[in-house]
Amino acid sequence: MAELPPADGAQDMLRFRPDEPLEEPAVTLDAFLGQSNATAVRIEPGDDARALLPHLERIRLIEISFPSFRDGRGYSAARILREHGYLGELRAEGDVLVDQLHFLRRCGFDSFAPATPIDRAAAERALARYAHVYQPAADGRVPVWQLRHG
Amino acid sequence: MYRYDRYDQAIVDARVEEFRDQVQRRLAGDLTEDQFKPLRLKNGLYLQLHAYMLRVAIPYGTLDSRQMRMLGHIARTYDRGYGHFTTRQNIQYNWIKLADAPDILADLATVEMHAIQTSGNCIRNISSDQYAGAAADEVDDPRPWAELLRQWSSFHPEFSYLPRKFKIAVIASDQDRAAMRLHDIGIQIVRNAEGRLGARVFVGGGMGRTPMVAPEIRDFVGAEDLLSYVEACLRVYNRHGRRDNIYKARIKILVHELGADEYRRQVEEEFRHVKTLGIDPPAAELERIAAFFAPPPFQAGLADTVDRSDPDFAVWLDQNVAAHRMPGYAIATISLKPVGGIPGDASADQIDLMADLAERYSFDELRVTHAQNIVLPHVRKADLYPLWQALREAGLAEANLDLISDIIACPGLDYCSLANARSIPIAQKIATRFADPARQRALGELKLKISGCINACGHHHAGHIGILGVDRKGTENYQLLLGGSGAEDASLGRITGPGFDEDGIVDAVERVTDRYLSLRADGERFLDTYRRVGFDPFKEAIYG
Repeated sequence: MAELPPADGAQDMLRFRPDEPLEEPAVTLDAFLGQSNATAVRIEPGDDARALLPHLERIRLIEISFPSFRDGRGYSAARILREHGYLGELRAEGDVLVDQLHFLRRCGFDSFAPATPIDRAAAERALARYAHVYQPAADGRVPVWQLRHG
Repeated sequence: MYRYDRYDQAIVDARVEEFRDQVQRRLAGDLTEDQFKPLRLKNGLYLQLHAYMLRVAIPYGTLDSRQMRMLGHIARTYDRGYGHFTTRQNIQYNWIKLADAPDILADLATVEMHAIQTSGNCIRNISSDQYAGAAADEVDDPRPWAELLRQWSSFHPEFSYLPRKFKIAVIASDQDRAAMRLHDIGIQIVRNAEGRLGARVFVGGGMGRTPMVAPEIRDFVGAEDLLSYVEACLRVYNRHGRRDNIYKARIKILVHELGADEYRRQVEEEFRHVKTLGIDPPAAELERIAAFFAPPPFQAGLADTVDRSDPDFAVWLDQNVAAHRMPGYAIATISLKPVGGIPGDASADQIDLMADLAERYSFDELRVTHAQNIVLPHVRKADLYPLWQALREAGLAEANLDLISDIIACPGLDYCSLANARSIPIAQKIATRFADPARQRALGELKLKISGCINACGHHHAGHIGILGVDRKGTENYQLLLGGSGAEDASLGRITGPGFDEDGIVDAVERVTDRYLSLRADGERFLDTYRRVGFDPFKEAIYG
């Protein structure tokens, strides 16, 4: 069987996990809920991420779509998934810009499939910029109040 | 006054560098205006009709003389020599060059100031009671709570791309001087039956084209749960607030469409989950912050008598000075509403002078009010006269606090790219029509508020008398509203009927005040009379 070429933009993916990307294409939330064997699912801004909570153990990739960077629902979806123990890949896909990476990482995203490629060095700079954060989120970073009070 | 520690300073310094990088990328063409816009907005940088406008945060409206002087320095160095104090207790500069903006932010960072989240669809500067720490009627100083919320909301990773902007106010008195219930979240610090301090939480207030007074969502949230609870309020909004229509995207629409009970149910459910996440700092953090707001070293045993022999001073004393909780002290409001002036504007020299006076007479503290005035919160009564003399020399002794010429007005079509009509000239004409100080005092408390478009930045819905500028077939037209209030008796004004042109609206206001004078009972403010007699007598006076 001939090897498939990488999906569009796959070479521009930024990943912050040690495992290899899943080859299986993500299915829609409806399709996922209607079948039992999919391990990759894609959710749109209007989808309820909580519908996935009973299935987190078998999911290896959740792709959260950002049709517009202005639509911030995906940030809440990501946190809810992480807060309920999801450990698989959490990918932000679509209108994902370097200036959002810091917030996305904090909400638990560990891979990015931006529609327009992001320069790796610029991404690293953006992610390293804030040495301190004010609030706990889904990335395990220690908030400054904890540094202040131990 | 809160002081930054090395963490606060590091975060603000990192922001300056980040924004410098973003501006460089924009100037180099690496960022499109569409991509740059939300980034600059999160730093308070708007593109207005003539230039960039930079809005600088003044958290809960409190600042010291060093910070105030920096605001004067920015006005002098980067703007045209003045600044404009806003209804969110901030200051904005209307003539900023994009290339200068990073340097301005760097200057601000040297005095623990910034422009973080002063615009954009995120949690904005937290506003509060301008009399905090000085008012006799507060159960606690609201500012430590506001600072706790400021830190929690700064660069909040989940709530930086909300459906729409989000405004929070914190008060701690039954008297509401901050229009708390007209905020997305309004918090009143209260004591519960056991004497514990906590928050009474109102959600879903706001002005704009669909004004709403926020319903109470929780009667008491303990200090130890406050951030989790507010996080739950925001998460429900971020997930379910409307994004299909910018005019229906504020949380007030969500709360209204769901109903307060259903919104509350969803928040409580989310709160039970969020509370397990360890979001709330230990009590020691609020205590650490509160220590910065310890009362200044007031002198005991000062006399309460004030020499009233100068009649002009006595007028200012009666109008602009409020009772302080400490004997021998007073709260003095500096009016930025000279007749014929631009409401909220101050020159760099005036800003410097107010800084000097704060240092000399008010334990180095100033407050910005949502009504666009400046407060010196802790003035010895014995110092009021020399203070007033210094203010008078600088054109800052207008004795019109809460009178008809103490007008809130948005920048309007003179500056703002969203406006449909000018606001400032209307404010100037009304103030000029009622310029006689004795006439204003005879009218008594009368809060007049003007917006140049339906977005209601000039709080027209909350004016005892409100004015809304609209565009009617290409000409400016002004609608009149009566009966609004942003205080503890919050209410929304009612539109009287067909609008007026620029001069017609001034006449209409005068017909309203004339009718009030003929109808009022002893001791009634305009608003009291309006509420007693209702809308019709005024409508009849206006339209005949």
